[in-house]
Amino acid sequence: MADKACVPINSEIDIVTARQKGREMAQQLGFSSTELTLIATAISEVVRNIVEYAKHGELCVDIVQQGDKRGISVIAQDNGPGIPNIKLAMQDGYSTGKSLGLGLPGAKRLMDEFDIVSEVGKGTKVTMKKWVQKNVR
Amino acid sequence: MLVPILKQGDYLIASIQSELSDADLLKLRDDLVRRVSEFRSRGVIVDVTVLDVMDSFATRTLRSMAHMVMLRGAETVIVGIQPEVAFSMVQLGLRLEGVTTALDLEEGLSLLDHKIKGDNGLG
Ligand SMILES: Nc1ncnc2c1ncn2[C@@H]1O[C@H](COP(=O)(O)OP(=O)(O)OP(=O)(O)O)[C@@H](O)[C@H]1O
Ligand SMILES: [Mg+2]
Repeated sequence: MADKACVPINSEIDIVTARQKGREMAQQLGFSSTELTLIATAISEVVRNIVEYAKHGELCVDIVQQGDKRGISVIAQDNGPGIPNIKLAMQDGYSTGKSLGLGLPGAKRLMDEFDIVSEVGKGTKVTMKKWVQKNVR
Repeated sequence: MLVPILKQGDYLIASIQSELSDADLLKLRDDLVRRVSEFRSRGVIVDVTVLDVMDSFATRTLRSMAHMVMLRGAETVIVGIQPEVAFSMVQLGLRLEGVTTALDLEEGLSLLDHKIKGDNGLG
């Protein structure tokens, strides 16, 4: 199974490529079709933020193993302007782009784990994970 | 990826054929609004069956499209939102406020008939 895959993000076209990459890897890992959609949608949101606010960046998907848990990790990273107030940015409805302000809080709800690190003038890194649900026996 | 728009009587039907980029979605919106004016259409159906992701941008664009179409005096029905997509939209917190939805094309058409022809006593 192919491990890590990265997609350079430079324009809105790359959003489609990035979520397809994520979907492919998630499919290999055995996620359900609903989960594939959730993962692809979360990727769409964080990658669109790169295009919108940082212009350039990178999206990487990777397989993660933690104990007997297996899952996908999604990392969206850019060297853009950064986010001055993360707490505010994580609130539903907060947007500096006159948008819905649902991208970040929504992506957090779609995934199992969500972490965001940002420094003004340096950039932003969003790390998200989702674990494969084992069949209950 | 171009989205074909078919004219069927008073209605326009746009069937999305593959995943769309943001630019494709905006183009679809603008094309539809222009054609509604051009043909004086009364109803618009957008078939999103093939879309496996409807994120905040797609939702916002469909919503603004429906609004623009409404300002031209026509109705919009979005058909074919997949169950997984619906689930994901709810988790994200997205709503298609003010936009009519239907299960499939057939239901969408009868809904338009009911709304438009039924409402003015012609149907
Ligand atoms: N990569 C980033 N670089 C700089 N600022 C960002 C980045 N991602 C998000 N932000 C900031 O955080 C805010 C909230 O982001 P979020 O994605 O939740 O909402 P939005 O992009 O404004 O609207 P939506 O995603 O609903 O269209 C943004 O308005 C922007 O100010
Ligand atoms: Mg956003």
